[in-house]
Amino acid sequence: MKTPNEQFAMPQCLNSKSKPSLFCPGCGESIILKHLGNVVDSENIQSKTTLVIDIGCTLLSWNYFNFDIIQSHHGRSVPVSVGYKMARGSRVVIALMGDGGAYAIGLQSLLHAAFRNDPILAIVINNTEYSMTGGQMAPTTVPNEVTTTSPLGKNASIFGPAFHGPELVRQIANSKAFIARASVGNPTLMDSIITKAIENQQKNNSFSMVEILSICPTNWKTDAAESFEFLAKLEKIYPVGEVKKTLDKKSEDI
Amino acid sequence: MSEKKFITGNEAIVLGTLEGGAEMFFGYPITPATEILEGWIRTASEDINLQYLQAEDEIASGFATLGAILAGKKAFTATAGVGHVLMQDPISMAENERLPFVGIIAQRGGPSTGTVIYSQQEVNLAALGGNGDGLRIVYSASNIAEAYELSAKIFSTAWKYNFPTFLLTDGYLGKQKITTEFSKPLRPYPARKILREDVDKPTHIRNCYGSEPEFSKVLERNISDYKLLITKVAESENYKTSGAKDIILAHGSVASAAKSAIDDLRSDGIKAGLVRPITLRPLDTAQIRSQIRKADRVFVMESAFEQFARLLVYMIPELAGKMVKVFKPAVGFTPEEIYKIVKDHR
Repeated sequence: MKTPNEQFAMPQCLNSKSKPSLFCPGCGESIILKHLGNVVDSENIQSKTTLVIDIGCTLLSWNYFNFDIIQSHHGRSVPVSVGYKMARGSRVVIALMGDGGAYAIGLQSLLHAAFRNDPILAIVINNTEYSMTGGQMAPTTVPNEVTTTSPLGKNASIFGPAFHGPELVRQIANSKAFIARASVGNPTLMDSIITKAIENQQKNNSFSMVEILSICPTNWKTDAAESFEFLAKLEKIYPVGEVKKTLDKKSEDI
Repeated sequence: MSEKKFITGNEAIVLGTLEGGAEMFFGYPITPATEILEGWIRTASEDINLQYLQAEDEIASGFATLGAILAGKKAFTATAGVGHVLMQDPISMAENERLPFVGIIAQRGGPSTGTVIYSQQEVNLAALGGNGDGLRIVYSASNIAEAYELSAKIFSTAWKYNFPTFLLTDGYLGKQKITTEFSKPLRPYPARKILREDVDKPTHIRNCYGSEPEFSKVLERNISDYKLLITKVAESENYKTSGAKDIILAHGSVASAAKSAIDDLRSDGIKAGLVRPITLRPLDTAQIRSQIRKADRVFVMESAFEQFARLLVYMIPELAGKMVKVFKPAVGFTPEEIYKIVKDHR
């Protein structure tokens, strides 16, 4: 068991010069980065990790860790990671993006990386909206959710229902791919899922994708209690845990 | 040192990139650049040191190229037309982060899908595309032997100066097969790891800045670096310009046709010459200026509407007074019609 001090300590691989934090008060992304850093520490991979970040709030993490970080464009952290990993196969390569980057503008690249089984880890932060630009509707916005571009609540019959990214990617991903969903509401599970995903890259040389449900008090206009209430609702729509194959056959055998 | 080969332009380009030290290729099929993708894959299939990926689109192939470059590999792409449009997304990241992106642009007709083999209409996009100020280096090849040499050279230029570097060709040049003499390119400038993999001094590269004054400093530094490279990179060729009263300013395949026309004009006693920029950006302004000074007329010929001409007139304003504009958007020039255009203007 970790002592409370150990539990709340910041990761050793964190770049203290990146403080003060650029994130809004209560932002879920800083929780995710802290836990990602913890896994990097516990897996002892700081010296072999490269992080590629997207545009959106993930861009704020450009100097967050003491390992190489490259900021790319919106939806393009996956192809940059793919090219980098091809060139430097021994590195642990992580692409960090939001739900808009992964499932709207960058979906094509995410799907094809999973389809080819490119050995990278794609971490997708799902807070159901575009946060950096002020809270617009995303594919992941759930039915009836109010955003600045769905002011009357998302009409699922026009804009589609809640977008299940990991379940979609699982359909065409290689059978060796590890695909899961975690939540900032369950940090212990988040740690173990990120760990499995990184091990899948290192041991199986395979694609991994982890979606992490997150909170955005600023754009959700929620206080702490309301933020976690909405997160609990999201966990019912978007179940956490490993996403298993639903097709009978392996995609590579079809 | 030189040797003769019977070869297509696109095959020569693949050989040239290898001479330049290219190690990885990312691309997506598009005419007339496809044979570069195919040729690279054929070569890489027999050499374990060479890698490639046929990506899902040009955006991905451009960004994967950047990923490989960050790892210290001489990586490149080849594209055309609407693929070149999509490619502006990764190219603007390269401009911002000063990454040595290398691209072969096989020009085809536009706008839109246009035609698939030939034009000189991708000059604007190559030289001034992206959502910034267009700090790029753009070469234009006028024949197969030169396409080979420049395909090697663009890697050295990109890695030495850290600006995206392009070679413009077209499908006439890329698809024709001829016997030509190839000279051995210069020893390539080396690549280096850009992400240095050092946890004590981690490399953190961003393209988004918090304030205008902060970003302005970055841009000013980039512009000042670009200004310093101009005289080192800018190149042009003068062909029979001595005593020429009629000068043609053309690049790429049009310049090749102009050379034949000039030979005929000269043998008919007409003092015509050609000034051919090898780099369209930056332009070899001093050389072009000195060559056109004594000319009565300067024919600016291009297979596009005002693209090359606009680059020239902005840099050499005095050209406007004696310029004869000959624009044929997406259509080629024969030596016979160039001969006639020059003769009829006298």
